[in-house]
Amino acid sequence: MTVGDGRMEAFRSEVGDSGAVCVRGGATRWGVGGGSAGAREVSAPVGIMALEPAEMTVMVGAGTTLTELAGELAVHGLEVGMDGPQGSTVGGALAVGRSALRRRRVGQIADVLLQADCVGADGVAFTAGGPTVKNVTGYDLCRLLVGSLGTLALVGRVILRTRPVPVCSVWLAGEVEPDLVLEATYRPASVLWDGARTSVLLEGHGADVDQMVETLARLGLAAAEPPVLAPGRGRWSGLLPDGGVLEVGAGVVHQPDDSGPPIVSEGVLNLAARMRASFDPSGRLNPGRDPYSRAA
Amino acid sequence: MSDLVAALDPERVQVGDVARRLYSRDASVLRGGRAGVICFPVTTAEVSACVVAAVAHGRDFVVRGAGTGLAGGAVPCDEPVMIVLTRMDRILEVDESRRLAWVEPGVVNLDLSRHLGGTGLHFAPDPSSQQSCTIGGNVANNSGGPHCLLYGVTSAHVLAVEVVLPDGEVVVLGNEEGDSVGYDLRGAFVGGEGTLGIATRICVRLTEDPPEVATLLLDFMSVGAAAETVSAIIAAGMIPAALEMMDQRVVEAVEPFVNAGYPTDAAAVLIVELDGQPAGVADEIMRIGELASTHGARSVRVAADEGERERIWKGRKSAFGAIAVIKPDYYLNDTVIPRTKLAEVVERIYEIVEEQDLIVMNVFHAGDGNLHPLLLFDAREEGVMERVLAAGEEIVRVSVAAGGVLSGEHGIGLEKKRFMSLQFSPADLEVQSRLRAAFDPDGRANPAKVLPSGASCGHVTSLGRLPEGTWV
Repeated sequence: MTVGDGRMEAFRSEVGDSGAVCVRGGATRWGVGGGSAGAREVSAPVGIMALEPAEMTVMVGAGTTLTELAGELAVHGLEVGMDGPQGSTVGGALAVGRSALRRRRVGQIADVLLQADCVGADGVAFTAGGPTVKNVTGYDLCRLLVGSLGTLALVGRVILRTRPVPVCSVWLAGEVEPDLVLEATYRPASVLWDGARTSVLLEGHGADVDQMVETLARLGLAAAEPPVLAPGRGRWSGLLPDGGVLEVGAGVVHQPDDSGPPIVSEGVLNLAARMRASFDPSGRLNPGRDPYSRAA
Repeated sequence: MSDLVAALDPERVQVGDVARRLYSRDASVLRGGRAGVICFPVTTAEVSACVVAAVAHGRDFVVRGAGTGLAGGAVPCDEPVMIVLTRMDRILEVDESRRLAWVEPGVVNLDLSRHLGGTGLHFAPDPSSQQSCTIGGNVANNSGGPHCLLYGVTSAHVLAVEVVLPDGEVVVLGNEEGDSVGYDLRGAFVGGEGTLGIATRICVRLTEDPPEVATLLLDFMSVGAAAETVSAIIAAGMIPAALEMMDQRVVEAVEPFVNAGYPTDAAAVLIVELDGQPAGVADEIMRIGELASTHGARSVRVAADEGERERIWKGRKSAFGAIAVIKPDYYLNDTVIPRTKLAEVVERIYEIVEEQDLIVMNVFHAGDGNLHPLLLFDAREEGVMERVLAAGEEIVRVSVAAGGVLSGEHGIGLEKKRFMSLQFSPADLEVQSRLRAAFDPDGRANPAKVLPSGASCGHVTSLGRLPEGTWV
C-alpha cells in the first residue's frame, strides 16, 4: 500500500506521466512481442529488500538479476520458481511470463508473484496483490501483470513466494517414450522429449531419487547432462519441428525459431484490447510491444 | 421475463416468493437480499441468453452455485436476474494422461474427486464445504482449503475457463497447456466473485495422489508454543501438505463426536499432514517431531493407519457442525497474517472477543497464516449482532495492522468491501476497477460486490438486524 522506499519514488518519478516509456531489464529477451519502438528506457530498482525465510517470501527490486537473487536465497536453502537466460532480471522474467523449466515441481510463474509495486500509465504508484502467501482480497492484478510485457503497468518492486531447494536433483535421459517415464516416477520436475529421447529431472529426498533412478535404469535411462535448449518457443501441435524439444505436460516446444503468432479468438483479442486501453488509454507503456505477438 | 421463458424451458424460470426468498441469501450472516427472476440454465447458450435478456431490460445479473459462500458474494441486491448454475453439473471429460478434466460449473467439488477414484488423480482444492460447494463457486472465489498450503489455491488448478462475458459473448480464457498466451485473462477472471462474467465450462488440473501420506497430531499447553512450531517448520524448509491448528474450545467441542483421541486439556493442537515419497516423508516426520519437542509439544502422535488418519481429519472437518451444541449461530471470519505473527494476533483475538462478551473458537490454516476465528452467538439475544460485527471489524483491523490481508479464501463479496480501503490506497482500488471495467464496462455483473465504489446495497443487513418492511 505504501511506497515508502526512496528507490520506488525515484522509479515513479522517472516513469513520469507522459511520453512513451518502457523498463529495460537484462534485455535477454528484448524482442519478445516486438521491440521498444524508441520508447524512453527507465530502470527498475535493484537489490534484495527483505528476505523472510519463516514467511517464505522475499521482497526484491524488479531490476535485480535472477542470478543475484538465487545466490542470496541459496544461503538460506531457498529458491524462487522462476528461470531465464543468463542476465535476466526478476522484472523481465515476470514481464515475459514463461514458467520455469522445472514447472512440474515449482509451479507456474504466475503463482510466484504475491505483490507488485507498480507505476501506472498515469504516473501514479499502486500496489497489486498482498504480502502474504495466501490472499484473495480484491482482483488478481498480479496474475494479469505476469506475461503482460509491461503494457499494463511498469513493475518496480515485488514480493515473491520462495520454496525450499530440493535436497537431491539429477537429470537422466534415454530412448524411451515420455509416458513410460511419467508412469514410473512421482512428480518429476521436468520431462523433455525430442521425438526419440526423453530427458527427466528428478528431485527430492536422496533415497527417493535413488529409488526412481533405479526404476528408470531398467527402462534404459542413464545419468545425463542437463539438455541444452534452443532459444525459440512454440506451442505443440502434435508434430515436433526439426531440432524441437517438447516440455511434456506444458505443451511448449523449444525450437530454433519462434513460430508465428498463436491462434487466439477475436473475442479474447477484443477483451485484451479493452484491458490494455483501460490501463493505458494513451498507449504510452511499451507501445511497440504486443503480448499476442510472440515474434522474437 | 417473457424473454427468459422463451430462452429457457418455462419450468426453469421462477418468480415465486418461496424461490425468491430461498435465493436471497447465501451461507453468510447477511440478510435482506432481494432476488428478481431466478433462472436455471443448462447450457452455455442459455446462460448467454439470460445475460442478454437481463441487460436488454436494464437489469443486473447475479450468478450463483450452491450458495455456500461466506462473504455474501451471491446475495442479490435490487432484484437482479439470478442465474443459478447447479443444473450444469456434468463432468464432461477426464484426460488422465494429460491430467486435466473439463467440468461444468455446477459440479460439486467432492464429486469430482470421487469420480476420479481409482485413477490415481484428484482435484486439489478442498474447502471445508467441499461436500456441497461447486467448482464454479471455487473459481469465483479462488477457494482454498487445508491442502492449499502445498498445492496452491484454486487459481493454480484452473487451466482454462469458458466465460459468458457481461455482454453475452462467449470466450475461452487460458488453455489446456498452462502458460498464458498474451494476457493471463484466466488468472484475472478466477476470484472475480461473479463480477467479471459467468464460467460455463472449466478445465481443471488434476493432481497425482501421493504414494505416501502421514498425518501427525501435536499438542501444546499454549497457543504461542503451537504457533512457534508452525513458524519453525516453515523456516526449516519444509512445506507440509496441510498444517492446521485447533484451539482448546474446538477440541472440547469435537472430541465427543469423533473420538479421535484429541487431548481435551491441551491449549492447542496441530494437525500436520506430510505427503510425497516414503523416504522424504519419513525424514520430515522425524524432523518435525524434533522441532515440536524443542518448542514445547507435549506429545507427537503419528496416525498408525488410515482409520486413525481419517478420525484426526474428521474432527477438523466437523468443527463447524459441533458448535451447534454451544450456540445456534456463528460468524466465521477469514483473514491472513504473516505466519510469524500468529501467536500475537491469536492472543489479541481472544482479548477482542472477551471485550465484546462473546465466545470464539479458533480452527484455521496455520501453515499459511490463514485465520478463521469463529464467533458464536444466539441471534435472538438483543443487540448481540452489533457486538459480533464490532469484534469482526476489530479482528480485520488487527490482521491488516499486523501486515496481513482481508481474505485468504472467502473473498470480499458484500461482507468486506467496506474494509478494502484498510488494505488498499485509492490508487490501488482505482487500478482494480480498471480490470473490472474491461470485463464489464456497463457494470451489470454482480455490481454491488468487491469494490467499495459503485453500487451500494442498502437493504442488505446482518442477521438479527432486519430493517422494517424486509420480506425475508
